[in-house]
Amino acid sequence: MLIRKPADIKPSEITSKDAYFSRREILRTGVYAGGSLLAGPGLAATLPEARGAKLSGIVPSEFSTDEEPNPYIDITTYNNFWEFGTGKSDPFRNAQDFEPRPWSITVSGEAEVTGTFDLEDFVKPHTLEERIYRLRCVEAWSMVIPWVGIPLASIIKQFKPLSNAKYLRFETLHDPERMPGQRGRSLRWPYVEGLTMAEAMHPLTIFAVGLYGEVLPNQNGAPIRLIVPWKYGFKSIKSIVNIEFTERQPRGSWQRAQPQEYGFYANVNPNVDHPRWSQARERRIGSAGDGLQSIFGAKKQETLMFNGYGEQVAHLYEGLDLRKNY
Amino acid sequence: MNTIKTVRFVLKPIVFLFCLVPLAMVFTDAYGITGSLGANPIENIQDRFGQWGLRFIMLALAITPLRQLSGYNWLARFRRPLGLFAFFYVLMHFVVWLVLDSELLMSAIIEDVFERPFITIGMVALVLLLAMAATSTLAMRRRLGSTWQKIHNSIYVVALLGVWHFWWQVKNDISEPLIYAVIAAVLLGYRIWRNKLQVTPVRA
Repeated sequence: MLIRKPADIKPSEITSKDAYFSRREILRTGVYAGGSLLAGPGLAATLPEARGAKLSGIVPSEFSTDEEPNPYIDITTYNNFWEFGTGKSDPFRNAQDFEPRPWSITVSGEAEVTGTFDLEDFVKPHTLEERIYRLRCVEAWSMVIPWVGIPLASIIKQFKPLSNAKYLRFETLHDPERMPGQRGRSLRWPYVEGLTMAEAMHPLTIFAVGLYGEVLPNQNGAPIRLIVPWKYGFKSIKSIVNIEFTERQPRGSWQRAQPQEYGFYANVNPNVDHPRWSQARERRIGSAGDGLQSIFGAKKQETLMFNGYGEQVAHLYEGLDLRKNY
Repeated sequence: MNTIKTVRFVLKPIVFLFCLVPLAMVFTDAYGITGSLGANPIENIQDRFGQWGLRFIMLALAITPLRQLSGYNWLARFRRPLGLFAFFYVLMHFVVWLVLDSELLMSAIIEDVFERPFITIGMVALVLLLAMAATSTLAMRRRLGSTWQKIHNSIYVVALLGVWHFWWQVKNDISEPLIYAVIAAVLLGYRIWRNKLQVTPVRA
């Protein structure tokens, strides 16, 4: 299998100076406000409850891309989150009244430490990092998103998984009262996704709790969601309430709904098409400008193997036929 | 003014203007006057042109049943313009796909048309609509005689292909294409019912 090298950075992808400095400014003030760089690791991450509240103590990450992040409005009004409706703007409209706190997460299965934990306790032992990642949707569009989160590996270690824990299985909240999209049968609820243990432990994999330095908006999967940047977006399950360490490969919701179209791995792969459309290229959301320019100026770009994270993750799939294991 | 004049000089221009509203709204939405094209403008306009194409196909098909049930024969004068607007919006849907979505990349276009059945059936529907639009003038109708009716009966096929095309491309939620399927079933079912029950066969 041919692993593509990351493409040269195009001029359009270089962050403008203003944007760069303002971004670093946010990071620097964030860092000093939390003081976590001075205090070193072990300082408690705190999650304010108020909507849109600033997160403190965020440190930058070497895994962040230098590409210009999409504007906040793109990231928060164009979402696939069927718990709040199947249209792209439904989550923005229907998730406004959702109350993501208090929130607890149940950890079960093949691990020494299991039980139900309050979200605060879940994130407290960790340091918040900003991770600016590319997000490639299976529908052939993409964005660049400045998440704030915690490496999933550090969270997993707390629970001391047993040697027979081969996979992680995640579930979204199932509460049709609060998630109106669950009153219909667009998918079987609750939403389920899974990762291999190696994928979950990979340093690129995070649990995100923030966006643009603020508390994660409801429509983006508040209060806590998975981010696996080298996989199609639907793997990155939102509003997680259950985590199970398991021996058996979990079946994701999309895999269950249409197994010939969506597989367990769902790695971004330009060489393996979705049965109904090509995955070779993608449309970068919001790259074109305003007015009619937004229509006539939008250009597609080549999709990169593993969404451009091949150098870091290709080794996880050595010997695996990615055409069969799509 | 008699009915014919009212239809030609008042109703037809009004309907014509209304039929252009979906097109105008692409521009006013692009500039944020009436709404917005959202974060993915090309997907947005491609979808809305396709949906309006389907709606106009249903509207054109609704004329004959409405005329027969109401007895207002002047309604027949709206069948051709509505059919032509159906063709126009389907053509716009196609052009957006060809130029803006596929970016005229021939290899990708050929692969799409021949390997993705929902695109194949969309293309078949477009070709049938093109044949109808090209023969829509009174002169063509006179020249083609009984062949004309055969060509224009393909609107029923187009309606079914259009709904199928929509049904096939949605991800897992078929609620919207289902609405069109029901409307198409009613409009086509009416004709079957009428043809079977009435002594005199009904022209489409």
